[in-house]
Amino acid sequence: MRLHPPLGLEIAAARGVAALSRRLGAGGGTTIPGKLLAELDRGAIDRLASRLGEGTAVVSATNGKTTTTAMAAEILRPRHRLAHNAAGANLVSGVASALLSAGDAELGLFEVDEGALPELVGRLRPRAICLGNLFRDQLDRYGELELVAQRWREAMADLPAETRLVYNADDPQLAAVGETHAGSTAFGLDDAAAARPSLQHAADSKYCVRCGTPYDYAAAYVGHLGNYRCPRGDHARPPLDVAAREISLEGLERATFRLDTPEGSRRVELGLPGLYNVYNAVGAAALARALGAELDEIAAGLERFSAAFGRFERIAVGGKRILLLLIKNPAGANEAVRTLVDGGGPRLVLVALNDEIADGRDVSWIWDVDFEPLLPGLETLVASGGRAAELALRFRYGGLDEHAVELEPDLGDALDRGLELTPEGGELVVLPTYTAMLGLQRLLAARGLAKPYWERSA
Amino acid sequence: MTTIRVGHLYPDYLNIYADRGNIAVLTRRAAWRGHELEVTALGMGDSVAPGAHDLYYVGGGQDREQLLVAEDLVRKAVAIHEAIDGGAAALAVCGGYQLLGRGYRGFHGEDMPGIGLLPLETVAGERRMIGDVLIECELEPGEKRTLAGFENHAGRTRLDPGAEPLGRVLAGFGNDGESGFEGCRAGRVIGTYLHGPLLPRNAWLADWLLAQALAHRLGTEEAPELEPLPDELEGRAHEVSAARARSRGGRFDA
Repeated sequence: MRLHPPLGLEIAAARGVAALSRRLGAGGGTTIPGKLLAELDRGAIDRLASRLGEGTAVVSATNGKTTTTAMAAEILRPRHRLAHNAAGANLVSGVASALLSAGDAELGLFEVDEGALPELVGRLRPRAICLGNLFRDQLDRYGELELVAQRWREAMADLPAETRLVYNADDPQLAAVGETHAGSTAFGLDDAAAARPSLQHAADSKYCVRCGTPYDYAAAYVGHLGNYRCPRGDHARPPLDVAAREISLEGLERATFRLDTPEGSRRVELGLPGLYNVYNAVGAAALARALGAELDEIAAGLERFSAAFGRFERIAVGGKRILLLLIKNPAGANEAVRTLVDGGGPRLVLVALNDEIADGRDVSWIWDVDFEPLLPGLETLVASGGRAAELALRFRYGGLDEHAVELEPDLGDALDRGLELTPEGGELVVLPTYTAMLGLQRLLAARGLAKPYWERSA
Repeated sequence: MTTIRVGHLYPDYLNIYADRGNIAVLTRRAAWRGHELEVTALGMGDSVAPGAHDLYYVGGGQDREQLLVAEDLVRKAVAIHEAIDGGAAALAVCGGYQLLGRGYRGFHGEDMPGIGLLPLETVAGERRMIGDVLIECELEPGEKRTLAGFENHAGRTRLDPGAEPLGRVLAGFGNDGESGFEGCRAGRVIGTYLHGPLLPRNAWLADWLLAQALAHRLGTEEAPELEPLPDELEGRAHEVSAARARSRGGRFDA
């Protein structure tokens, strides 16, 4: 008697479902085969992963995991055939789907949901793990930040010695995890001139992980990420192995920095704006290095990279353009706002707030976002999504004039209205939550303006 | 113009559910009526001067942050009791609500003292109660109003016999998922698990609190009537939130 159904049969069944899903137009089917496989036999994931000759690597973070993973893929692709969950399906089922469609891939490179990380680390036994950051996120889904951090600590405590752990040392919670693993790599930012004058309102892990005293920050970059030290001497940012220094942010266009590694330094010009993308780049660099990439390959890969799905993506609509910036939690949305303001601040913005499970059913997080810097030049807010009125209230109580608010809960109506208000040659800035972004992508694909997300390579 | 003085307890520690949204609503709605809201942070080690504030606000935090402030709050307890006895109003949300009771027993058995301003106790349960919630209140006799919000708490809060709940649960869990009660009200003090934040989509409660604070400021027994506002967006946000609670509000699996 066999303990497992034949793997080939399971794979064929699961792939058939994905093809059917696409043909019926029901969406990408990016997780359907994986869901089926996870139902049939979760252990099949372990066996599929073990077929990859060069093993797997995973990236997890509250913010930036899609971009970090896509950057690492860009660096590694010239030398490795990759299996990569590029469309962002990052639960166990999504990784299973990527494994199912791996073909002749040698190396698996997966972004992984924070909650799914412990299970997937156990199943995939990755060669390398990149831990990017932990921010206050969907509390209704993940529970308190501390709980996620604790599960990560437990999962990392059991890692085999040979696993390469790469962590963002600027995040106190992750430093506490990373420091305990022998031979781990600390990455971060080191440029006081690029720091914020003070911690943001939504800063989360600002108390010493050992004694609870508020940290002193020599520099705070994004949320609670920075160069911190407990005034009682109980904990401080570890020395950085891989760092971005001499950072220069150039509006909505690019960010440049010097990438310092133990093997040497390179100047990197990144075609994406914002400090948060510098974090993504340094994390991707540290991960690729752990997987054997040379410094020149790393710098070249980062410079080739454009944008991951829905993250600072530009889409042409006739003579106008749409600029899509996904927002999903305070830390990420604050960076989107800061980047927009650095680029001059839009006169018109479309914000779409949904409250499905993938967005977080609790929408209170929008009140922790610092939207106020957008207000001075803002003439019109088109508020959309299932919770459009709540979003409109956020701006209204933030100080936006009532006449500047237009309520268009339906995404299609909101997009039409936004484009109507956009001058010829201009750009409509759209800040959607996750399911609103998927909805917009579907609308744009239906209008022939963008490729459906399941047909994209990265 | 009257200056309404708000004492915001531990804004650096207890702010997890966008508590500053509640403060923003109080500030604007006071300003739209020609009043000024002066908000003072009352943090670790700061002393509370009874009579110096018309309204106290205390928000929610993770268990860890709550533990950090609990002992400090106890040192402020005598002054806060005196302030409330003198007619000041208070709004406490989630973690702050628990701390206004007699105490909280955390999930790992750790005890957290409360200040006994509200007649209740809280014990952590195994499963968190998470979801949209809708309650019906009657703060003034004959005036039934609803509050819509979101709840996310491990604590089970039990009111003492005879204590007045803030409202009756129409959808969601409320204090403990069993009693059918949500929150607690004692005079001008309101405690609740509802965040979201609470006040933007429940503007009537913001106005009720402002009126109570004004009564304290002006030294009147009766709370003044505030000039009504159009509240169209507020009404729509309330409707959507209430509909969410009715269709998907929290309930334990049978």
